[in-house]
Amino acid sequence: MMDFLPLYLSIKLAAISTLVLIGVSAPLAYLLVHVKWPGKSFFEALINLPIALPPTVIGFYLLFVMGPRGWLGAAWEKLSGGGLLFTFTGIVAGCIFYSLPFALQPIKAAFEKVDPRLRENAYVLGLSPVATFFRVIVPNSLNGISAAAILSFLHSMGAFGVILMIGGSIPEETRVASIAIYEAVEAMDYDKAAKLSLCFVPISYLFLLFVNRLSRK
Amino acid sequence: MSLQCKLIKQTDYFTIEVDFVCPEEKTLALIGPSGSGKTTIIRMLAGLHKPDRGRIECGGRTLFDSENGIHLSPQKREMGYVFQDYTLFPHLTIRENAGFAAKDVQEADYLLDYFGLKHLGDRKPHQVSGGERQRCAICQALAKRPRLLLLDEPFSALDVVTRRILRTELKRIKGERKLSTIYVTHDIHEALFMADEILPVVDGRIERDWLEKIISPASSSGAQTKALREPKLSLVY
Repeated sequence: MMDFLPLYLSIKLAAISTLVLIGVSAPLAYLLVHVKWPGKSFFEALINLPIALPPTVIGFYLLFVMGPRGWLGAAWEKLSGGGLLFTFTGIVAGCIFYSLPFALQPIKAAFEKVDPRLRENAYVLGLSPVATFFRVIVPNSLNGISAAAILSFLHSMGAFGVILMIGGSIPEETRVASIAIYEAVEAMDYDKAAKLSLCFVPISYLFLLFVNRLSRK
Repeated sequence: MSLQCKLIKQTDYFTIEVDFVCPEEKTLALIGPSGSGKTTIIRMLAGLHKPDRGRIECGGRTLFDSENGIHLSPQKREMGYVFQDYTLFPHLTIRENAGFAAKDVQEADYLLDYFGLKHLGDRKPHQVSGGERQRCAICQALAKRPRLLLLDEPFSALDVVTRRILRTELKRIKGERKLSTIYVTHDIHEALFMADEILPVVDGRIERDWLEKIISPASSSGAQTKALREPKLSLVY
C-alpha cells in the first residue's frame, strides 16, 4: 500500500506557507512600490537573497536563526514553549523565508502595473492609503496575486534542501514528499520514488498552465 | 467657496510661480500651451503635488502653508477632481464608480440619471464609450459633494460633438450646485464657454497678455480681444 502521508504533508506545508506568504507579500510589495523609505533597495535585495543562494546555504543560516539561541527560535520558544527546529511549524517558517521572493515579485509587478492615477483618484475621493490598498490596488492586481499564490505553492511543494536542513526527516512531522522521494531512492525503492514523483507532475503542470493563462490576461 | 493661492514650485524646466483667487461660485479657467504647468498647478491644489513654497486657502481653511508647515493630504481637502484621462476603477461597474465616494447612494443615482448613464449602471468602464466614461468620472467627483471642483482637461480625449454636449451638461449642474470650479484647458473656446474668468499660464507664470499675443492682428478686432478678457457665451454659440 502506497504511503501518501508525505504527499499530504507537502500539500499541507505548501497551502499554509502560501496563505502566509500572500498575507505578508501583499503589504510588503505595497511598501516597496508606493512608499519611500531609507534602505529600501538594501532590504529588497536582502529578501530576494533566496533566489540567488543555494537552498542548503539558506537552510544552514535558518538553523542558527531558528535554533534555541537564534532570535526566531528563542522568540518562538517564549511564545509557545516548544522549539522550531525539526517541527512542522519550523519547516513552514523556513518555507516562508525561502519562497518569499517568489511570492513578492509577481505581486510587486502587479502593483506597479496599476495605473498610479487610480490611486490618486482614490485619495482625492477621500480614501485612506489602507482603504485604497484594499479597495483599489488589490482588486486590480488579482492576476498577479493569483500567480504569486501558485508559484509559492509550487515552490513550497518542491522545497528540499531547506527542509532537510531545518526539519530533517521525521515521519508524520517533517518528512514531506520531496524528502520521502530522496530517501526512497537512497534505499533503492525506485517503485515508491516513481509513484511519489508521478504525483508531482500533473499538479505542477496544471498549476503552471493556470499561471500561463493568467499572465496572458 | 472661494480659493486663494500663492504657489511656487521648481520643475525640471521652469519655476511655477502663480498667485490667484477663484471667487465663490465662479469658474476660473487656467489656459495655456501644453507643458506650461497648468496640470501641476491643479495637482498642487488637490494635494497631489507639494509646492516648494506658498499658501492655499479654501473657504477660510488653510490647505497648505509652507511657513507654518501645513500640508493637508488630498483626502482632507474635500475637492472633486476630474482627471484628463479616464481614471474610473476598472473592476467596478459604472454605478459603483459613480457612488464610490458618495455620501448617499441616491446622490449617485441622481447624477447617473442626470448624465444619462442610468441604463449603463451595470456595465464596466471598458464596456462604455469614452464620453460615457468621462460623464461617469464627473458623477464620481460630484457625488462626494466637494467644496471645490477641479477639472483637468476633462474633455480633451473626446470628439467635438461629445465635448460640446458634455460641457453644457457640466456647466448646468455646476450652476445648480453653486460650485466654485477651476478648469484647466488649452482650448480657448472651451475656456470662454465654461469660465467666468480666464487666467493664461505660460511657463509656470500668469501672462495676462498671452491671449492677445496668440490672436493674429488680422483676426483680432478690438471687440474680440475684449470678449476674450470678459468671456461671453455669444462668442462661441
